[in-house]
Parts: sequence; structure tokens; C-alpha cells
Amino acid sequence: MMGVIYIMWLRQLKRYWRSRSRMIGTLGQPILFLIALGFGFDAIFQQAGQGSYMQFLAPGVVAMSILFTSMFNGIEVIWDRQFGFLKETLVAPVSRFRIVIGRTLGGATVAFLQGILVLVISMFLGFSLSNFMGMPIALLFMLLIALLFTALGTAIASLMKDMNAFPLVMNFMIMPLFFLSGALFPVGNLPSFMGAIVRINPLSYGVDGLRGALSSSVFGLPLDFAVMVSCFVIVGAIGSYLFSRIEI
Amino acid sequence: MLLCVSEGCLLKTYLSQCPNYYDMDSIIVDKLTKKFGNFTAVNNISFSVRKGEIFAFLGPNGAGKTTTIKILTTLLSPTSGNVKLNGYSPITEEDKVRHSFGIVFQDPSLDDELTAYENMEFHAVLYSIPKSVRKKRIEELLRFVELWDRKGSQVKTFSGGMKRRLEVARGLLHHPDILFLDEPTLGLDAQTRSHMWDYVLKLAKRKKMTVFLTTHYLEEAERVAERIAIIDHGKIVQTGSSRELRERNSSKTLEEAYLKITGHKIREESADTNEKLRRRFGGRR
Repeated sequence: MMGVIYIMWLRQLKRYWRSRSRMIGTLGQPILFLIALGFGFDAIFQQAGQGSYMQFLAPGVVAMSILFTSMFNGIEVIWDRQFGFLKETLVAPVSRFRIVIGRTLGGATVAFLQGILVLVISMFLGFSLSNFMGMPIALLFMLLIALLFTALGTAIASLMKDMNAFPLVMNFMIMPLFFLSGALFPVGNLPSFMGAIVRINPLSYGVDGLRGALSSSVFGLPLDFAVMVSCFVIVGAIGSYLFSRIEI
Repeated sequence: MLLCVSEGCLLKTYLSQCPNYYDMDSIIVDKLTKKFGNFTAVNNISFSVRKGEIFAFLGPNGAGKTTTIKILTTLLSPTSGNVKLNGYSPITEEDKVRHSFGIVFQDPSLDDELTAYENMEFHAVLYSIPKSVRKKRIEELLRFVELWDRKGSQVKTFSGGMKRRLEVARGLLHHPDILFLDEPTLGLDAQTRSHMWDYVLKLAKRKKMTVFLTTHYLEEAERVAERIAIIDHGKIVQTGSSRELRERNSSKTLEEAYLKITGHKIREESADTNEKLRRRFGGRR
């Protein structure tokens, strides 16, 4: 029973560990964001009386790297379809539900590890982890972000036949999720339409929870947690259903 | 030898006379049809394959071979008709069917990032092969296809022939009763081809394994297959042993007979998305 989930999980981890160039490559963007924005906007942010921007930004960039990595990991289903490996799993006498659970856990674990790497890097760049007690809660939110968006990536990939639609997903899904989430700016005093958009974006709650665990939250941690968990359950269920119906 | 070409076939009479037919036939296909929108890929075909038989399924590109294999192997559901593998239905008894067959796909289906051994291990877990025999069986098969000394290498470092051999080994790992080979020797040199067939035939004989094969190499089908079915435009047009087909079409070779049956016109199969993508992205993974 557990064997299948475990081996799917292990496979994702091995693939991650072996493609170290990819691991390093995906660190480039968060580092750039931390340096360019973190140092670039720090003075303005301070003048506005909001404290250190690096301190504010780092959890957002951690969430960003988890978002990107987990969506890509979910979307890897298409890669497996294109390069044939998916067939090996689809003709095997195991329920597709277990396969998709293993995949999602594996992809999420990888994204979670990537998030920890970015968190550590941000500490070298000036982010200070003042609230150690909040760390377990921060890690929990990182894991939730990873799970939710791996499941979302899997759901989308189950509907896609090839990579042609990928730029569409990138520009109309991943980018808006990130930029309209409060990862880069405080969500307290936004124009009302923008505030509304931010509030229907699940990533906002992930970012807020993560930031809240380390400093202070806008929505409140219980709401953040509830939204993330329910979104994951819903998207996970849809993703598993769509995956189980893949025909090759 | 039983085989029926369309409706009104012998199959039903045969089945009613023979209560133990599951012992004799590994694969039974009865009035199978598969439509994709308006296009009928497989049009009301019926045939059966006996246990332990080496059966070749031939036809031009786009004739319906791969669609039939996909239905038999639970990857597609049929529009209508009945199919039985080892006595089980691929639609209602998926898992039992999936335990019954091994398959070597037309396109590679290995994980390039994993090693040869890991690919085998992965398969062993999916097919719940007990831990106690897993190691021994993997070693046995990897030695059999002469890849044991490369067991720790990532598959992406393998040549096309080595990948194929690994896929054959993997397809045999759970001791299937039926082995599907969908153009297994495509792009392999003569040496590798003959090697691969040596393995497969040896094993098929030893384990009384049924082999269902598609290929474009007609001399290969002629050499290994005990019975051949030729499918064209979604219909089975002729069946028989290689000799029967040659004699029936008064041809010297199977290739000549095949061309007489299916014509000389070149078929255009629309490049499927796989191919398109592979061209665009190269080997990127």
C-alpha cells in the first residue's frame, strides 16, 4: 500500500537531487528578487515608516520560490507524458489515486526544500529570524503552499496534452498568483479592487501565514490556515480526479 | 486455429463448444470498435490469440495497431465491443488485466534520471513483487539482457539498444502471461534486434508466455510469428501463418503479400504531439 506512494515520492526527490543544475538555476530568480528589490526599495520602505523591506520581502520571496517550484513539479506530469514514463505508471496495477498522492507529496517536498534553501540564503542577505518560536508554524505554511500548488500544477497538467499551453499557464496563472498575492507589498491599504483580488488569491493567505509566523499577520493565522487547508483539499481532489482520467 | 475476421464469426460457436476457452486463449477481441470523434480508428474487429502463441499484428501507419494495443492494455476504453485478457476484462477488471501483461511501448518509457536498477525497482514496487524475490529477479533479468554491469548508470547515458533491452527486462519483471511488444525493434541495428528476439523467444517458450507484437519489419514478423493478422483502415483484412498469407496471395515473401493486401500507397499519419514536442525541445527534460 505505502510502497507505491513512497516510491513515487522517492523518485521526485532523486530527480531533484540529481539535477543540481536545475536546483541552482531556480535559485537565481529569488536571489535576484532579494537583492534588487530588497536593497532597492529598502530606503523608500523605511521612509514610509514600514521598517526594513528585506525583513518584509524575504517571506514573500520564499513563498515565490515554493510557488514556482511546486507548480513546475506538478506540471512535470506533462513531461512524463511526453517522454513516456507516465505510461509505465498508468498501466501498472495500482490505483492512480496513490500515484497522484505520491507525486504530489514528492513534488511538494522538493518545493519545500527549495523554500528552505531560499530562506537560508535570505538570512545571508540580511533577513533576520527574530521569532524562533514561529519557525514551526512558518514551516507548516511553507509546506501548505508547496502542497496546494503542486496539486494545482498536477490538475492543470492532467488537462494539457503538450507543453504548448505552458506559456499560458506561466503568464496567466503563476505570474498573477505571485504578483497579486502580497508577496511584494503590504496588503493593508490597497485600492479596493486590488484588495479584493488579493483576497481571492489563495497564495495571499500562504504568504500572510508565513509572514505572520515570523512577524505579523494581516488576515490572522487561523484564517490563513483554514483557507490554505481547504484550498488544498479541494484542488487536490480535483487534481486526483483529473489525473485518474488521463488517457494516452 | 481460430480467427474470425468480422461479425458473424466463428468465435461464438467456438466459445460455446469449449467451456475451458480461457485456458486456450490469452486474448479475445470481439467486435471491437474505437472512434475518436468522427474518425473510426478501429472498426469492428475480432480475433483471438492462443496461450503461448507469438502473434504479429501488422499494418501501415495509422491502421489502428497502437489504438488496439492501448485498449488491450487498459490505456483507452473502447467505444464498443468486448475484450478479454487472460479471461479478464480491461474495462471492469483493470488491475487483474494489468497484472497479466507486460509491455514494451513504441516510444521509450523509462525514467532517464534514474539508474537501470532503480527503474527495475520502481516497476517491482508498482507490481507489488515481494521484497524477498525482488533483488534476485532484477539481477536475473538484468544479467539476461546483459545490463547487469551497467545497473548503477543513469538511463540517460544508455544507447537506444540498451534502453530497449532494459524495457524488455522491465516488462518481464513481474512474470506476465502476455507480453505486448509495440514496434520493439524500431531503430535498432540487426545485432541488437536478433539478440532481443533470442531473449524474448527463449523466455516465451520457457514460460509459455503469449507474445503480441507489432512491427514494420516484415522479415522479423515472418521469422518469429506463428500467426499474423493484417489490419488496414481499422479493419482486419487477412490472417494466417506467414506461409498461408504468402500462398493465399501467391507471393514469394511476406512483404510481397503484405503490399498486395495493403497496397503501395504511402500513408500519412499525422505526427502526434509526442513527436512535435520532441522536435521542439530536443532531449531536454
